[in-house]
Amino acid sequence: MSALTDAEVLRLRSDFPALAAEVNGQPLAYLDSAATAQRPASVLDAEREFLLTSNAAVHRGAHTLAGLATEAFEDARATLADFLGADPDEIVWTSNATDALNLVAYAIGNASRGRGGEAARRFALSAGDEILVTEAEHHANLIPWQELAAATGATLRFIPVDDAGIYTLADAAAALTERTRIVAIGHVSNVTGFVAPVAEIAALAHERGALVVLDACQSAPHRRLNVAELGVDFLALSGHKMLGPSGIGVLWGRAELLNALPPFRTGGSMISTVTMTEASYLPAPQRFEAGTQPVSQAVALAEAVRYLDSVGLERIDARENELAQRMLAGLALIDGIRVVGPAAGVPRAGLVSFDVDGVHAHDVGQYLDAQGIAVRVGHHCAQPLHRRLGLTATTRASAYVYTTTEEVDRFLAAVALVRPYFGVTATTTTGAQA
Amino acid sequence: MSALDGLYQQLILDHSKKRFGDGLLEHHDAQHFERNPSCGDEITLQLALEPGTDTVAALGWTGAGCSISMASASVLSEMAPGMSVDELRALIGEFREMLRSRGAGEPDDEVLGDAVAFHGVSKFVMRIKCAMLAWVATEACLLEVRPAA
Ligand SMILES: Cc1ncc(COP(=O)(O)O)c(C=O)c1O
Repeated sequence: MSALTDAEVLRLRSDFPALAAEVNGQPLAYLDSAATAQRPASVLDAEREFLLTSNAAVHRGAHTLAGLATEAFEDARATLADFLGADPDEIVWTSNATDALNLVAYAIGNASRGRGGEAARRFALSAGDEILVTEAEHHANLIPWQELAAATGATLRFIPVDDAGIYTLADAAAALTERTRIVAIGHVSNVTGFVAPVAEIAALAHERGALVVLDACQSAPHRRLNVAELGVDFLALSGHKMLGPSGIGVLWGRAELLNALPPFRTGGSMISTVTMTEASYLPAPQRFEAGTQPVSQAVALAEAVRYLDSVGLERIDARENELAQRMLAGLALIDGIRVVGPAAGVPRAGLVSFDVDGVHAHDVGQYLDAQGIAVRVGHHCAQPLHRRLGLTATTRASAYVYTTTEEVDRFLAAVALVRPYFGVTATTTTGAQA
Repeated sequence: MSALDGLYQQLILDHSKKRFGDGLLEHHDAQHFERNPSCGDEITLQLALEPGTDTVAALGWTGAGCSISMASASVLSEMAPGMSVDELRALIGEFREMLRSRGAGEPDDEVLGDAVAFHGVSKFVMRIKCAMLAWVATEACLLEVRPAA
């Protein structure tokens, strides 16, 4: 599929009012979409329109507005299901990906304590069982598993990464054992841009009877996902990274798994019968949606998905790979830059993290900000990965559907001036990593 | 001067490279570890008093962080020796006030000495914690050697 062209990107930018801003007297170059994306006017309008015409509690009242709200809420669920190639009953609204990953981990913890009865026994973990993650995980896909291991006596193991922060299918295969019960991996690394061989890992994991949980936070906004092709069992994503609102995310799970899993949070809207001593629970997805839900956010997220579909995720993905390769090529020409992640030429996500020899990432980010260029600096919620790379912090530039070639070039020109500005001349590393 | 140049004064850039007090002390009376969890900057700072007195003999530290955090540790380490515990506490208080000023007012260089170079940081809310890192660690050391009345 052909990549989105410069002309098309320039045209669609007018859909994003926030991009017209000036920052420090310069036109904003927003290269921090991997942290949170800007939203098209249609998404803002959809949320407002819902609130103006249809706002009410869903699945609760019998009046007209309650009906409209419930319909919009469930339509949004169906839109997200289509987007992932899933069934609407497999789409659980959460507040973000972090919440979705915690939901799975804590529900399995509950199953391990005997909750959920016979059906949930298949999830129960005990001493000797293994949970497998990678060394590159975002903290959101690491700490819930640490907690689950601590609560059940299971062992948390990890697939190690190399000096560039990436791993191979063979590394994953070597880390799987007969005791592996859960494999929790990121689809696209928010630090390296590495795209994991998900379907292959899932096949290996399933051979050993393990469940596969996919953190799709950095893939869902940028590439076409299909849960059947990915072959995973659970998948988490966040709305705010894919042109949608904050406060909304999705957990997708295979229907038979969701319906066997005990709830994580309990309360209103997720029960069928309640007595003073106990309750029985609705099937998925309601079982996992206790309390008042982020309804206008769900409606707006569905609009964001329609926007992405109208542009075409295949074309967005191809475009972002081009921009990433342009960044890699440009950074390779600048003295003292160490890029992490896959080598130039390898297809990757549209983000590049790097270290500037002699200048701390915060100072790099500050320098770029003064030119109106917004990048992310720090450990990007991946401390173990940075420790493995021997870095405390990196600078990350990330592209999205609205990123122009000119913005990338402005970024590269500014990075070239960072070391001179801070008076660093001695070079210990040259060019990108091999 | 641009806002950026106001932040990165030459004195700060110099101190971030030639760091005063970098390295732990042979003897110390208090030690404190301080970390900025949002960015990962960290410092282990030690304080030594002249034996039997209230006078600061030296600060020594090891740390990793941005130029602002490292330079502010360096400037403080240069200024602190010879001050009494109370004087150093007062200096830290003044420094904090200056950083909270959002760029308003003129800092008093009689009181703040070289630390006035950090006045520009007060316009960058995201960087105030960087400038305070060593100073907060020193404050904790002072509390350890001389609990506040
Ligand atoms: C790979 C990855 N996983 C998980 C998350 C967590 O997303 P959220 O904070 O929206 O829950 C992020 C976002 O920073 C991410 O990049």
